[in-house]
Amino acid sequence: MSNWLLIIYCGLITFLTRFSMIALLKKEMFNDRIREILSFVPSAIFPAIIFPAIFLDNSGDFQLENNPKIMAAIIAMLIGIISQNIIATIISGLASYWFLIFMV
Amino acid sequence: MNNKFRVFLKGIFDVSPLMIPVVPFGLIFGVLSIDIGFSPIETMGMSLIVFGGASQIVLLQLFSGGASSLVIISSVGAVNSRHLLYGAVVSEHLSDLKLVWKIVISYFLVDQAFARSNEYFKKNKDKDKYFHLFGGGITCWVIWQTTTFLGIVLGAFIPEKLGLSFAVPLTFLALLVNDFRKLINVIVIIISGLVATFGFNYVPYKAYVIVAGVTALLTAAILTKLNKRNE
Repeated sequence: MSNWLLIIYCGLITFLTRFSMIALLKKEMFNDRIREILSFVPSAIFPAIIFPAIFLDNSGDFQLENNPKIMAAIIAMLIGIISQNIIATIISGLASYWFLIFMV
Repeated sequence: MNNKFRVFLKGIFDVSPLMIPVVPFGLIFGVLSIDIGFSPIETMGMSLIVFGGASQIVLLQLFSGGASSLVIISSVGAVNSRHLLYGAVVSEHLSDLKLVWKIVISYFLVDQAFARSNEYFKKNKDKDKYFHLFGGGITCWVIWQTTTFLGIVLGAFIPEKLGLSFAVPLTFLALLVNDFRKLINVIVIIISGLVATFGFNYVPYKAYVIVAGVTALLTAAILTKLNKRNE
């Protein structure tokens, strides 16, 4: 599949997730239970990106020793929990990562 | 002042503070996309056509890992499935609109605009209130396109040894900061992460994002149910 076709399909499915409920839905179709479960979507999906990117190397093998990403991610997470601030989380993680790879 | 315009401005005003975290996100997306090998026009095309930050970064991540198109598209759909909820919540406020407006508003229904306009809709009953979502959505759109463009430009100058791909897990980590304080969310996060990490090499077609997501969502369904039974 060409890159452009891939992008268009991704755009189409994204649009449908936004449009379908607005176009079709009567409010009653979504009960509180479904709403509650959908509210877990970020917690259920984002870690599937986070964990492999931290714990696996480029070839998909575990990299648990000499891995500055683990320490940097822990620092970012702690800063995130304390500050509840998105930018502080990203910056503290990147800064610790750079400190660990360039200075230590 | 025309009422529609007034509500439109209110939408811009309300959503603006939420744009600060979008700036680094857009920059990171632009830089990484060029880094992975997409052309500047394709990168801009992604932001214009998909217009969904987290899902665009998932697209990059899976594309660079050699995932098949079908897996990439369904993972993008999975990440964006939260919009089903947004649509369901705002649909009652938009039910009288013409189809054209429903299409336009749908394109702009992103996280930040939804969050602000949903609050506004609950408090205001006037018939032009959808202009609030329109204003908020356009604000997000302008910021996202601008920062994507800047990221594309910057991407040409940023050396690879900075390891900027590490910004991807950090960005998603940052989006979860509010969830680390809730026990069920923490369990769901750990399950998803473990399934993805251990499934990375074994789940066919790089579908580990979907397998992990579904497993974790089922866990959430079971835990919330048990939690209610105990109350």
